[in-house]
Amino acid sequence: MATAAIEIENLTKDYPFGFLHLKKKTSLEGLTMRVEEGEVFGFLGPNGAGKTTTIKLLVGLIFPTAGTARILGKSISDISMHADIGYLPEQPYFYDYLTATELLDYFARIHDLPAQERKARVDGMLKKVGLETARKIQLRKYSKGMLQRIGVAQAILHDPKVVILDEPMSGLDPVGRREVRDVILELKQAGKTVLFSTHILSDAEMLCDRVGVIVGGKLRGVGAPDEIVGMKAQGMEVLFEYAGAAGGLQPLLSKATQTGKRYRMQVPEADLYATLQQLGSAGAKVLSVTQVKSTLEEYFMHLVEADRAQAPAVEVSGK
Amino acid sequence: MRRAGIVALNTFREAVRDRVLYNLVFFALVMIAASILVGQVSIGIEEMVIVTLGLSAISVIGLLIAVFIGVGLVSKEMDKRTLYALLAKPVRRWELLLGKFGGLVLTLTVNTAAMAAGLFLALSLVKQGTEHVEASVLVAVYFILLKLALVVALALLFSCFTTPLLSILYTAGLYIAGLFVTEMRNFQSETMSRALQTLLRWLSYLLPNFENFDVMAAAAHGRAIPGVLIAQNSAYAALYCAVVLTVAAAIFTRRNLK
Ligand SMILES: Nc1ncnc2c1ncn2[C@@H]1O[C@H](COP(=O)(O)OP(=O)(O)OP(=O)(O)O)[C@@H](O)[C@H]1O
Ligand SMILES: [Mg+2]
Repeated sequence: MATAAIEIENLTKDYPFGFLHLKKKTSLEGLTMRVEEGEVFGFLGPNGAGKTTTIKLLVGLIFPTAGTARILGKSISDISMHADIGYLPEQPYFYDYLTATELLDYFARIHDLPAQERKARVDGMLKKVGLETARKIQLRKYSKGMLQRIGVAQAILHDPKVVILDEPMSGLDPVGRREVRDVILELKQAGKTVLFSTHILSDAEMLCDRVGVIVGGKLRGVGAPDEIVGMKAQGMEVLFEYAGAAGGLQPLLSKATQTGKRYRMQVPEADLYATLQQLGSAGAKVLSVTQVKSTLEEYFMHLVEADRAQAPAVEVSGK
Repeated sequence: MRRAGIVALNTFREAVRDRVLYNLVFFALVMIAASILVGQVSIGIEEMVIVTLGLSAISVIGLLIAVFIGVGLVSKEMDKRTLYALLAKPVRRWELLLGKFGGLVLTLTVNTAAMAAGLFLALSLVKQGTEHVEASVLVAVYFILLKLALVVALALLFSCFTTPLLSILYTAGLYIAGLFVTEMRNFQSETMSRALQTLLRWLSYLLPNFENFDVMAAAAHGRAIPGVLIAQNSAYAALYCAVVLTVAAAIFTRRNLK
């Protein structure tokens, strides 16, 4: 098998706490997963699931209690690995005495970008994240969303092969979210690997080749977004307008919910065409037909609830 | 190493933007007050008064900056989480520490040089005799700088494993203890056990010796300062800083950023 972009093996992180640090809380328990090169991978999970913990372990801000991880075949303890990764911290904060341009220039120097390339690169990044007009403003005057944007810029400044983003969309307005989505898609197009954590399921559904769902420090499922929710359509939803008398349509109408002239009704996939024909011949106007599938959201809720149900057990083992 | 230099320059820039150098205004006021004082009292001791007051001010101001900014160099960045983005880049933890140390020492050097210039200016204004105190004063300023570097290293070390407040206390405590190492070494007492005296003696060698850096009296009287002492102090400060920073790096490298 080719080397994966990110390879995580049995990664575990305990946080000691209490008197003399004798007790410990397991934030991440035996995480094993792979992110292939060129893949966009979504890391999903409720608050406190261990997403940030995993990401901080990967970028070397904290150290594992057990287990290992490799990025592009290099151990995470290998400093040269850092040249190939970009990282956006959760709720990023930067030197507030610098302007956006100065901050990016500083990081570009750290990354050893040649002088003649630096200015162009910095300007390009500021443009990409929509901060050209704020480039000369000290970061202490930046809003939360602007900090998030400069955070994205510094993460991809040096053209890294693997980009790790901790909740890249948080704090952004709709335009900003869209821009970050575009950045991620652009990275994918350029063959980069992207791992990002999020609570926003629609973003994950839209962007990710695969997602991993983590709850209570344990990985609960990995797969393509549609695979993980089981693409099995649960039925078809038909929306139609009908003003006439109930008549022969009565059995159908009784199953539908009515809003004014409009009716909404779910039918099994097999009955769809028969239903449409019936509606057509009765003179109803069909407005739309959509597939009803269980969403990632439902899957997610299901996992979280399952976890809550066994929460007492988890609590005990955590102590 | 190159990266430590980049971090150092940024640390210097931070100090400048945070208006650390504004303390120079305070120093200028001290020097002006000293000059006025000299006009009132002096018959032949003008230089001594100026030098003593000037060097004391340089030392105290430097110490305040070294301790208070020193303990925040890394801990503030951990608290504000500005380190996250930086440490995810190819920067080793020790490079960061060295850069932070270098940056503050650079700041202190610029600051101390400016104050020294002020001192020399004041000296030239009151100068009447033919005595040459300048060379000794210059060495005294250099020793203060060495001392400050050592204090920064200690502050940095403590801030790697404890809270800023405790770091300030420990650093100040070590500094004060370091002013009395000779006394500690030669301490004789009937009531003290032999073991304790031996312990004290060992401790007196381990503690940073700040006594040797104080040549204020010699400078004030324009006595020459022996070259041996200059070499010895330089080597001592360099070695001690290296050891302290190495320990700090060993601790910081293992540290989980919260
Ligand atoms: N420094 C720390 N000390 C002790 N416990 C910690 C520490 N950091 C995280 N934890 C614990 O680890 C668990 C996982 O936290 P983590 O930040 O990884 O969650 P997350 O999935 O990123 O959540 P969110 O969606 O809220 O960002 C939490 O229970 C948290 O309390
Ligand atoms: Mg998080």
